[in-house]
Amino acid sequence: MASLRIWLAKPWIWSFIGAALVWLATIAFTGGYGGGGMITAALSLAVFTVIVGVGQMFVITLGPGNVDLSLPANIGLASAVAMKVMDGNDAMIAVGLLAALACGMAIGAANYLLIWALRIPPIIATLSASFIIQSIDISYGRGLQIKPPPGFADFTNWQILGIPVLAILTVLFTIGAAIALQRMIYGRSVLAIGQNIRAAWLAGVNVGRIRFLTYTLSGALGGLDGALLAGYFRGANVDIGNEYLLASIAVVVIGGTSVAGGKANVPGVWGAALFLVLLLTMLNTFGVSAGVRLVLTGLIIVGVITAAGGEKALR
Amino acid sequence: MTIVSLGTSPKNSSARGAARARMLRGLLPALSLVLVLIAIAWLNPRAISYFGFSLMLNLAIPIALATIAQMFVIAGNELDLSIGTFVGFVGCVTATWLKDAPLIGVLILLGSIGVYALLGALIHLRNLPSIVVTLGMSFVWQGLAILVLPKPGGKAPDWLLSLMAFKPPFIPFPIIAALLIAAVVHFGLMRTSYGVILRGSGGNAAALERAGWSLLRTRIVLFALAGLFGVLSGMALIGITTSADANIGNGYTLLAIAGVILGGGEFVGGRVSPIGAVLGALTLALAASPLLTFMHIPPDWQVAANGAILIIVLAARVLISRRER
Repeated sequence: MASLRIWLAKPWIWSFIGAALVWLATIAFTGGYGGGGMITAALSLAVFTVIVGVGQMFVITLGPGNVDLSLPANIGLASAVAMKVMDGNDAMIAVGLLAALACGMAIGAANYLLIWALRIPPIIATLSASFIIQSIDISYGRGLQIKPPPGFADFTNWQILGIPVLAILTVLFTIGAAIALQRMIYGRSVLAIGQNIRAAWLAGVNVGRIRFLTYTLSGALGGLDGALLAGYFRGANVDIGNEYLLASIAVVVIGGTSVAGGKANVPGVWGAALFLVLLLTMLNTFGVSAGVRLVLTGLIIVGVITAAGGEKALR
Repeated sequence: MTIVSLGTSPKNSSARGAARARMLRGLLPALSLVLVLIAIAWLNPRAISYFGFSLMLNLAIPIALATIAQMFVIAGNELDLSIGTFVGFVGCVTATWLKDAPLIGVLILLGSIGVYALLGALIHLRNLPSIVVTLGMSFVWQGLAILVLPKPGGKAPDWLLSLMAFKPPFIPFPIIAALLIAAVVHFGLMRTSYGVILRGSGGNAAALERAGWSLLRTRIVLFALAGLFGVLSGMALIGITTSADANIGNGYTLLAIAGVILGGGEFVGGRVSPIGAVLGALTLALAASPLLTFMHIPPDWQVAANGAILIIVLAARVLISRRER
C-alpha cells in the first residue's frame, strides 16, 4: 500500500495511466481486435515525439521563457539534408545521419547566438530563426523527391516480436538522458539554472555554456528526428515537422515537467507521447471526422493541463 | 546660479542622452516603417500613390487587428498561440452563418469572445501556462473551422464587402482604418485609468493585487479584448478575400507576435504600445510581400526576409537600449 502511494505520487505515472485508459477504451470499442498492433504502431510513432520532446524538455527546464519554437523548421530542413546526402544509397546512411545531426546542431547554436548576442527572449529568437530555416528548406528542398535508401527505410520500420527496434533504441537513449539529467554535472547544471539562474551563476555554474549546450542539444535532436522521419515516411517534406511544435511542448508538460523550469521528468515524456499517439488512434478508430478529431485533441490537451494544474507561468 | 548649472551639467547631459535614446527607441517602429516605405518608393515610385497604397496595404487591416489582439494578451504577460486559427474560425463563421443567418452568426461570434474570457479566467484560476493552453485551443479553433466550412468557399455578407471596399477621397481606406484602430486602442489602454490597471497586471501583478484590484478580472478583460479584436480581424479578412478557408488565418499567429515586438512591445512587464503595434503590423504587411516583390526576392525567401527584418529591428533595439542605461 505504501509503495503504491509512492508510485502514485510520481508525476509521470498519470501520463502512463492516461495512455493505458485510452488503449483500453479503443480495444473495448473494437472488441479486443488489434490491441497488439495498436501498441506497435503507437510505439513507432511515439518515438519521433519522444526524441524532440527530450530536447524540448531540457530547454524548458532552463527556466521561464525558454522554449525552442524552431523545431518544426529544423526537422523539415534536416529531413531534406539527410535525404539529399544519403541519395538513396545504403552506403551513405551514416554520413546522412551525421549531416542531419550537424544541420540540427548548427541551427541550435544559431538559436543561442541570437539569444545571447541580441539578448532577445528565446521565444522570439527561435521564432525568427525558424522563419529563416523554413525559407532555406523551401529553397533547398524544392521538388526533392529522393526516396530514403532501402536499408534506412527498413531500419526505421524494423520490428522484433512486434516491438519496433527504433523504440528500443529510443528507450535506451531516454535512459541515458535521465542519467545525464539527474546524475551528471551537465544535467544538474540545467536544473540549477532553471531553479534560480542567479544562484546557479553565483555557485559557479557556467550559465552561458550550459544554455548554449542545451539549445545545441535540442537542435541536434530535431535534426536526428528529421532524418528518422524521412526514413519512416519514405521521403523528406517541408511540412514533415509541423505537428511537432505542439507535440514537443505538450509531452513535456503532460509528462510532469514544470513549465516554470528547474524540474524535469524523462519517463513522463514517454507516457505523454504514447498518450497523444494512442488518443489519435482512438479517435480514428471511432471514425470521427477531421474537425471533431482536432477539437477533441485540443480539448483533451487543455483538460489534461487544467487537471495537472500549473505552478507558475511559462514566462 | 552659474555654479549650480555647472554642477548639474554632466548629470543633465547624461540624462538628456538617456532621454534621447528612449525617444529613439519609441520612434523605432515608425522609423522601420519609414525605411520600408523609402525602399518601396526607391524601387518602384509608382507604388506611392492612392491606388498603390490601397493595394499594398490591402491585408494590413486584419493583420493590424490580430496584432492588437495579441498585444492585449502580451500586456498581461501571457502569449496567445491560437489567435491565427481563431481568426480562421471567425472567417469561416463570417462567410457562412453571418451571411445566411445573421442572428446565429452574431451569437456564435459573441460566444467565441466569451470562450476567450473563460480561457483568461481558467489560466488565472488554475495558474496555467498560457502557451500550452492556447496551443491546445489552436487545435480546437481549427477543428471548429473545418466543421463550419469543410471546403474552401462561403461568401462574405454584402454589408461587410461594401465596408471593406470603401474608397474615401485622398487617403486610402487601410491608412484611415489603421489610424482609427491605433487611436481607439491607444486611448483605451494608455489614457484611461482602467487601461493603466490592465497594463499594471503585466507590470507588477502583486502590487496591483495588494492595492485591491482583481487580477482575475484584469485577465478576463484582457482575454476578452483579444477575442473581440480577433473577431474583428477575421471579419475584416473575409471582407477583403470575399470567401473563406479553414486555414486562412494560420499565418497570423506568428505575424501578430512579430508585429507586437516590432512595435516596441515586450514579452514581460506590461510594456506594450498600441500605436507601435499597428505600425509594426503595417511594416510587416508591406515588408511581407510588396517590398520583397519589388526587390525581386523569390517567393521562397520571403519568409526568411521576414525573419531577417525581425532580427535587424531587434538588434537595433538592443543597440539603442544599451545606450539608454
